[in-house]
Amino acid sequence: MAMKIGNENFSDRVGKGINNSFMRGAVSGAQDSIGARRLNAVEELGNWEEWRSHGEEIRQHVLENLDYYLEQLSDNIAKRGGHVFFAATPEEANDYIRGVIKKKDAKKVVKSKSMVTEEINLNASLEEIGCEVIETDLGEYILQVDDHDPPSHLVAPALHKNREQVREVFTEKLGYKKSSDPTELAQHAREMLRQDYLTADVGITGCNFAVAETGSFALVTNEGNADLVTSLPQTQITVMGMERLVPTFEELEVLVSMLTRSAVGQKLPSYVTVLTGPREELDVDGPEEFHLVVIDNGRSRILGTEFQSVLQCIRCAACLNACPVYRHVGGHSYGSIYSGPIGAVLSPLLGGYDEYKELPYASTLCGACSEVCPVKIPLHDLLHKHRQVIVEKEGKAPVSEKLLMKAFGLGAASPKLYKWGSKLAPSAMNPFTSDDKISKGPGPLKAWTDIRDFPAPSKERFRDWYKNRDKGGNQS
Amino acid sequence: MKVTLFATCLVDMFQSDVGKATVEVLERLGCEIDFPESQVCCGQPAYNSGYVKESKEAMKKMIDTFADAEYVVSPSGSCAYMFHEYQHVFKGDPIWEPKARKLAEKTYELTQFIVDVLKIEDVGARLEGKATYHTSCHMTRLLGVQKAPMILLNHVKGLDFTELPGKEQCCGFGGTFSVKMAQISEQMVDEKVQHVEETEAQYLIGADAGCLMNIGGRINRQGKPIKVMHIAEILNSR
Ligand code: SF4
Repeated sequence: MAMKIGNENFSDRVGKGINNSFMRGAVSGAQDSIGARRLNAVEELGNWEEWRSHGEEIRQHVLENLDYYLEQLSDNIAKRGGHVFFAATPEEANDYIRGVIKKKDAKKVVKSKSMVTEEINLNASLEEIGCEVIETDLGEYILQVDDHDPPSHLVAPALHKNREQVREVFTEKLGYKKSSDPTELAQHAREMLRQDYLTADVGITGCNFAVAETGSFALVTNEGNADLVTSLPQTQITVMGMERLVPTFEELEVLVSMLTRSAVGQKLPSYVTVLTGPREELDVDGPEEFHLVVIDNGRSRILGTEFQSVLQCIRCAACLNACPVYRHVGGHSYGSIYSGPIGAVLSPLLGGYDEYKELPYASTLCGACSEVCPVKIPLHDLLHKHRQVIVEKEGKAPVSEKLLMKAFGLGAASPKLYKWGSKLAPSAMNPFTSDDKISKGPGPLKAWTDIRDFPAPSKERFRDWYKNRDKGGNQS
Repeated sequence: MKVTLFATCLVDMFQSDVGKATVEVLERLGCEIDFPESQVCCGQPAYNSGYVKESKEAMKKMIDTFADAEYVVSPSGSCAYMFHEYQHVFKGDPIWEPKARKLAEKTYELTQFIVDVLKIEDVGARLEGKATYHTSCHMTRLLGVQKAPMILLNHVKGLDFTELPGKEQCCGFGGTFSVKMAQISEQMVDEKVQHVEETEAQYLIGADAGCLMNIGGRINRQGKPIKVMHIAEILNSR
């Protein structure tokens, strides 16, 4: 699965999302319950705003010194006998990983959850060379079993499916015979996966945070699957987005706590797996061989631009859970594995405006995302910046809109023109008006009046009333 | 106290009753009102759509229009916020940035002005009936005005108030979003109307003409017996 999902155009995708009542029930239910849990978990700290500022500082510091920390990380891994590969493109990353797989003559790979491997389309690339890839995160596993259905949420990739649908998938594809009880479903998946852990040749993980000072990686899960992926297979490959670093364990602790509180409303995740390079003499388990693949794929292009803060993201999905647009359209509508507000900002940067030019407009700029972001990314401002780039630099706005806005510029800036236009409005709107409202508007108004009434212009504008009223006498 | 009114274009053209109520409430509270005729639109529709260049002329016009005002008060949280945003738009501009900052410092949304500047919590209003209040996003999150409207509404005699479920959720207006992304906007406003209905309120109150036009337009279309009122009209009821 590459970053792009589906081939339909934006409005068809949205239409499909809106009509999917199962998905909408699941998404709004999850938003409401996770949203409330998140609020409790952050309020309990007492000084959440200070935490946010601290989180922002840590991430900004890393981005400002990214070269330094990447080098430190890479040196520390090399010192322990691990291998590091910097991939500028998905192709480079996939070629390298395929090389390792071929050298090991690996037939089976187990994976823990990783968005960046979705971004580079790793699974398909490995399957092409005849290697079986098995997702071990329950959500990812469900999607994989369901003919590689794409993820619709950063943290809960199968959020768009309810448990009845999961039962159907399991029944059809895995011969499952039990109920739609989540525990039974999870139990079944675990049984299926157990054998795979033991027989896999290579384990592949993503990376929540790398610790530069020690060359370690932290994987945050609630299922513990990352523990097994990293301890049983002989060879381990970790794939990380090039910005996912912290300087030391001190910052790691801060960010992990912020991540789990923001993502699921928990003080701590059930598991934080930390690993440091290949197995050493006294270690009881761990891989014999370790590879780190660092993915750029357009990230260094974002550094130093007005969009740099998007790289502060720790993928907690709090912005998705708070977004009123995501609530109604769901993740697949974004056409990218990165959905919700962060997806609407990031996808055009990584995948280009041609593919994702509608996303920055799929927001009311209500600011709910920016308000919850634990590392203070001004998401709604960045969406607005995208709009400005689309209009001014890319020239991708529709011509009719450009003309309208030009006229607006003239009218709004000129008191005379404005006064004249607003005075004429009631008579211009007369043919469309009945009972002080417009139910079928002309031109751009039509999109409004398809859904709701538009008020008829007041018969007497406020400014006329103000001018005419008798100041000393009866007011109004 | 001298107050210069920034009426906003929606109020000027479509909701003149809201403008009248704003003037009457402020006068009753002892303010002297001034309404500069040269005021136009704040530029928000073009600005938010990405047409920053086109909106700058309107912004400059507004900055000049209100240059001599002591206090600028607007019956719209979103438009008042736009005045606060100007300083960022003109960032680095030696002439306009300082002017814009001055404008921001003296611009208030109506309820914010009454509570924070006039220090009045009870305006002596009375209205019998069941009501709920829509917190608009720009006013609450971006301008940061959360308590003032609630404080004032709590003092309105006869008003039986119920909190709106999901009040932090946007109503789906978003300026041009409402027509550009009409299919999404429809879902959002429908959920909002549904929440309003759940409160069984007779009055839906708000402090932003845009949101009220959106929610009210949908309520009217569906023929629901809910009256949509601007908070200025509530505060002006006696
Ligand atoms: S943008 Fe902020 S809220 Fe959204 S996923 Fe990233 S860190 Fe979380």
